Amino acid sequence: MQQSNTYIIVFSAILTIVCGGLLALANQGLKPMQEKSVELDTKAKILGAVVDLKGTKGNAIIDLYGESIEAITVNLEGEIVEKDEKGNAIIAEKVDVAKNYKLAPEQRLLPVFKYHKAGDKNAVEAYVFPVYGKGLWGPIWGFIALETDLNTIKGASYDHKSETPGLGARITAPDVIERYQGKKLYGPDGELISVNMLKGENNPANMLNDHKIDGLSGATLTARGMNAMIESYFGYYSAYITKIKSNTSSTMAIAQ
Amino acid sequence: MSTETLEKPIEKKPAEPLFSNRRKKFINDPLSSDNPITIQVLGICSALAVTTQMRPTLIMAISVTLVIVFSNLLISSIRNLVPSRVRIIVQLAIVATFVTLVSELLKAYQYDMYKQLSVFVGLIITNCIVMGRLEAFAMGNKPWDSMLDGLGSGLGYSWIILAVAFFRELFGSGKIFGWPVFEAIGLSGFPTNGLMVTPVGAFFILGIIIWIQRTKSGYSEH
Repeated sequence: MQQSNTYIIVFSAILTIVCGGLLALANQGLKPMQEKSVELDTKAKILGAVVDLKGTKGNAIIDLYGESIEAITVNLEGEIVEKDEKGNAIIAEKVDVAKNYKLAPEQRLLPVFKYHKAGDKNAVEAYVFPVYGKGLWGPIWGFIALETDLNTIKGASYDHKSETPGLGARITAPDVIERYQGKKLYGPDGELISVNMLKGENNPANMLNDHKIDGLSGATLTARGMNAMIESYFGYYSAYITKIKSNTSSTMAIAQ
Repeated sequence: MSTETLEKPIEKKPAEPLFSNRRKKFINDPLSSDNPITIQVLGICSALAVTTQMRPTLIMAISVTLVIVFSNLLISSIRNLVPSRVRIIVQLAIVATFVTLVSELLKAYQYDMYKQLSVFVGLIITNCIVMGRLEAFAMGNKPWDSMLDGLGSGLGYSWIILAVAFFRELFGSGKIFGWPVFEAIGLSGFPTNGLMVTPVGAFFILGIIIWIQRTKSGYSEH
């Protein structure tokens, strides 16, 4: 049966309005839950770099985050930035590292998350730095936690958009993250050496040291992306890190 | 549209039971003898892509089944109103609406899975099983029959991808639903097979399942 053109156009218009309306309704209705999911995910990632979150879920993570993380935003010179160009307050958790990645390093906002004992903002136990870079197929990112010496890696959590499962995607696996633990980013004179993954896996122990860790077999390009990501971001954070280091050493000198 | 009233028989037939033998076939056939993946060989793309682990596979199976059932129901209820010249677009719009709804729901309540499945949820729209059932069945059958048919196809798709995921996760990562099986039975050194983690592993398992099934049923292409 052939319908008239008017019928087809009216039918399509009604269908579009009904479907569109339904989706708009669902989008608006689910928005609070979705935003909470995204917030939870970010906070879990930040905390995951410092503490083992196994068994902690949902609101417990948000509570723990509220108690133990103080977030600030710095710039390339290591100065704390509180307001953006338009004068709005910057919330470090809302700073989109992916968007900032596209800006020139001097213009980027660099969030820092300080992990401290619950309720005591002065007793900082770790600093968490977001990092972002390119993997083989798409972006890779993560959070790296440093000990209070701002040199030794305490922990990390990585994620990726589209690395190959079983190869590059292994950067999220606990056994790969473990390789970073206890490694050092800076040399004895405070110069940035970074932590690099070697090519290939099961490298002999004498090839590995504080700045070199075992690589990923079959994912050399992802590993290179990781190396570049860590080196560039700690380059950007160097000014801030040097500042904190000199501050803590001077306060320690007074205490003595 | 007006012709339908003429076709109605004058004497009243007793209503067909909700699960008559004819209707049971809608569900049973796609599970084995007319399975969308192993016999019709549809929906292979997602069967390869999401089946490295059981949990995302289960979410995917539920999503696809929901989308097929509800789009079958909706298309079947409006089948006499749909202009035949634009019917494919109409089907597509309705499938896309349901898929987007599923995707939004996952984002709100299963964010981890949403990230992991990411693009494959959106690609349910292009899953040939969904469009295939709409065009082949829902456009010409009553809503309840179409719902059962959709459920059958959805479950047929689900059990195959869950079976593939079971073997891929077991041999690829040594786990089932993230639970370390080999460690639990005291074989902690059991080597995992990297092939199973890649899509190639899915081809092997799918091939073996099709082989076993066709040997049993004696089905051949020609």
